[in-house]
Amino acid sequence: MDINIPKSNKGFLEFVYGFYKGMKTHEITLAYEGEINHQIMKAFTALAQGKMDKESEGTQVQKRVYHVMVECLQNISKHAFHTDVQPDSELNRGILLVIKTENEYKITTGNVIESGHSEELKKTLTQINTLDKTDLDKLYKTQLKEGELSKRGGAGLGFIDIKRKTGQNLEFHFFKVDNRYSFFLLTSIIPRN
Amino acid sequence: MNILEIFPTDDSPEIKFNSDSGIFILKGKSLPEDVSSFYDPVINWLGEYAKNPAGKTQVNVMLTYFNTASSKLLLDILMVFEQMHEDGKEVVINWFYPDYDEDMKDAGLEYAEMVDIPFVHSELKENE
Repeated sequence: MDINIPKSNKGFLEFVYGFYKGMKTHEITLAYEGEINHQIMKAFTALAQGKMDKESEGTQVQKRVYHVMVECLQNISKHAFHTDVQPDSELNRGILLVIKTENEYKITTGNVIESGHSEELKKTLTQINTLDKTDLDKLYKTQLKEGELSKRGGAGLGFIDIKRKTGQNLEFHFFKVDNRYSFFLLTSIIPRN
Repeated sequence: MNILEIFPTDDSPEIKFNSDSGIFILKGKSLPEDVSSFYDPVINWLGEYAKNPAGKTQVNVMLTYFNTASSKLLLDILMVFEQMHEDGKEVVINWFYPDYDEDMKDAGLEYAEMVDIPFVHSELKENE
């Protein structure tokens, strides 16, 4: 039995128009909800890259937006890679929002995680947010040298490196889905300088 | 003569390691779905090479992007060269970075601090 996400009561047409207006209000240029896997990650990072190129965005900014998207989407697809999960499970899915304002890009990702995992995540992200550049570089190097590749193939470095490259704190929030699961939202900010 | 040649893809780099000339090229992007299955054979090949290397080993690193999972395996590769250097073999890492990419330049400087191998840092002009 899969996760039961509470549904909204809004009428369909109201929802679509509200969603369209919401995207304008929040300056969202891309919104996706669906399966998150390696192919999808490559498709969206290529899409974003092409768009930024066409708009003559600074090359360093393009690189950083690309990197944040790769790391966040790979985090979700690695996290979702459980052998006992059904192919159409909520755990293989997530959301991706790309926001472009006058001064920055924001990449927001969201996915369902086990509530137990949220405590550990909260701790890690809170700690990273307290560190300045020097301490972050130290932590990165320590984790790089001493960390091991996890079972899922991650190096535990993604969040640290996002803050290192963007210089911005990671914004995160957890919504309770039910007794076992939470919805984890993460926003990374990339200044356009 | 033993050549390790892996063609680049949209998520993995070109590898061209020539055990006779000692010229090693690592070029392109690195964000494969499974970093271990890509890099473990490379590291194994290097381990064998290190037993009987060329007179001088020049490692030309020309990456335009690598994800954090790759950064770990890149360090593992550098550690094989570090061991060779500590064993008295001649090795140099030529770290190239695109001229606009401060982050890639910094990554090279960071690796140079972490491993005891001679590093040369050079800009790669566009279209090179």
